[in-house]
Amino acid sequence: MMNTYALETEIVTKTYQSESGVINAVDEVSLQVKPGEFVALVGPSGSGKTTMLSILAALLKPTSGKVILDGQDLAAMNEVDRVAMRRNKIGFTFQANNLVPYLSAVENVELMLRLNGRLDKTGKMRSRELLARLGLSERLHNLPGQMSGGQQQRVAIARAMIHNPSLVLADEPTASLDTERAYQVVETFAGLIHEQNRAGIMVTHDLRMCEYVDRVLQMRDGKLVQIYSTKSEIMELVKGKHD
Amino acid sequence: MKQIVEISGFLALKEIWRNRSRFLLVSLVIALITLLVLFIAALGEGLGNGNKEYIAKLDAELIAYQSKSDFLIAASRLSKDRLAAIRRVEGVADVGMLGTANATLILPGDVEPLKVALLGVQPGHTGEPAVVQGQQLGTDLSDEVIIDKNTALRSDLKIGDDLTLRVTQGTQDEFYTLRIVGVSDGQQYSLQPSVFVPFYTWDRIKPKSEAEINSSNPVANVILIKLVDPAAIEEVSASIVSQVNNVETATLKQAINALPGYSAQQSTLNLQGGFTLFIGVLVIGGFFQIQILQKVAQIGVLKAIGTSNPIVAMASILQIVVVTIVGVAIGGFMTFLFSLSFPPTVPIVFNGTTTAIAVIALLLIGPLSGLISTRYAVRIEPLKALGLS
Repeated sequence: MMNTYALETEIVTKTYQSESGVINAVDEVSLQVKPGEFVALVGPSGSGKTTMLSILAALLKPTSGKVILDGQDLAAMNEVDRVAMRRNKIGFTFQANNLVPYLSAVENVELMLRLNGRLDKTGKMRSRELLARLGLSERLHNLPGQMSGGQQQRVAIARAMIHNPSLVLADEPTASLDTERAYQVVETFAGLIHEQNRAGIMVTHDLRMCEYVDRVLQMRDGKLVQIYSTKSEIMELVKGKHD
Repeated sequence: MKQIVEISGFLALKEIWRNRSRFLLVSLVIALITLLVLFIAALGEGLGNGNKEYIAKLDAELIAYQSKSDFLIAASRLSKDRLAAIRRVEGVADVGMLGTANATLILPGDVEPLKVALLGVQPGHTGEPAVVQGQQLGTDLSDEVIIDKNTALRSDLKIGDDLTLRVTQGTQDEFYTLRIVGVSDGQQYSLQPSVFVPFYTWDRIKPKSEAEINSSNPVANVILIKLVDPAAIEEVSASIVSQVNNVETATLKQAINALPGYSAQQSTLNLQGGFTLFIGVLVIGGFFQIQILQKVAQIGVLKAIGTSNPIVAMASILQIVVVTIVGVAIGGFMTFLFSLSFPPTVPIVFNGTTTAIAVIALLLIGPLSGLISTRYAVRIEPLKALGLS
């Protein structure tokens, strides 16, 4: 049978040794994300969502379990191959220090193509078009320090999508934004993920942002405790009827 | 590989350009260190030259000293029969006696008298410097003198002028007047400008004790030896020592190192130069280490989005290399401008070899001191991008 998922994890566990014994930061989590599906990973701090994101991003090796991205197991790769996966197949936005401060908006976006050896004329044009689409056509040559937090976050989104990755990850994309801008950024993100048929995962503590996602995975104490997959369930969560 | 160089070059140069004032400051510090290192090297060369120039430029391969004189020219005495004996040794092409002494050059008007090295050489034999203007010395007894370039510069004397030397013989000050026939290139000896007179004239006019005044047996300090085949230096040296009584031989290099104060002076200056380079290592290493510490999150992001370690390392090294090259270039240019403003009497000499060695050392200290920060950059975990360790 063809694998219909872009990303699939099988009983992934990450344990840390601490003074008080073994801690399961991620405890037997299995999840699947289809292409074109935007998923939110929520939970209180310490629930293991950031650790889970690091594992999905090929930044951290799980203690056990499989992480299959495009048919390849990230958990079984060495660091050199994982770097290549991050560069090729994964797009990433971070909470802070997102952009390379000495590169302009368009240079930051082009960097992903440059790293993949794919920066040609078409790539340059696509970078500009994508930034224009995100409302940044006036800001192409500005340095990150000359842009607002929302503008920087949108440049980061462009950088995360320009190289056509299979998986796009966002770590608290709205952390430093006011409500209005936060809604705009997540809406744009969701639009691009659906349109370009990528698998998208967003870690957030802000449940209101789940309005734009297709599924919400809730974690607590390293475990996946709840999945909200219908629109009505998600909207109830957004309005605060759960938790 | 090409891609690594391309991307790391792009990142390194963009960062330098967008923070150019900060990087320029570091380059200027390197430029000042360069200036200092080049001047110390030039001073070492200049002061060393003042001591050794005449010996270093000799058209001879060996110098014969009285045995057990420890290669001290002033302490050695060789009489004329040694000259004949050495000339008979197989492999010797030419020999020349050299007598060294000090004298005071009296200048017309109120000008301060000039202390000079009074050197007795045999006209037509090794030891007589080649003139760049005028003629060589005539006979062994003539009242003629060749002055070196430094003497000419400091005294304003020209070819055809008469030159008056004051020396002490016994208890009397004696004055001798000689005719200047030629000017040689720089031939300083014992940190003094030089005047060259025929050997027997030298013997007549050199400073003497009461006892020496009536002695009629001219004695040289050392004998300069030119070989038929310079490659056979060891064999000929051995035959001279075995065939001629009471002499020992030194190569020019050994002779220079034995000059009074020469080794001590050079090692002092080399030590200073070395310390300056060491300070350079600390300054460059410190700057880049602090810079890396400030960039931990940024490098974490670069790695998280798939920048490989070779690119991060190469970018870090390229930056250091660029900053160092710019600094050394500015420093070299500053040194050049400064050197134009120095009078010829200041003992600063820019010699191609020593300058090149200093420049290469300066270019190497950058990458060397950057190794620590580069290693640190490579070890930064990409997880730093997520605020995790």
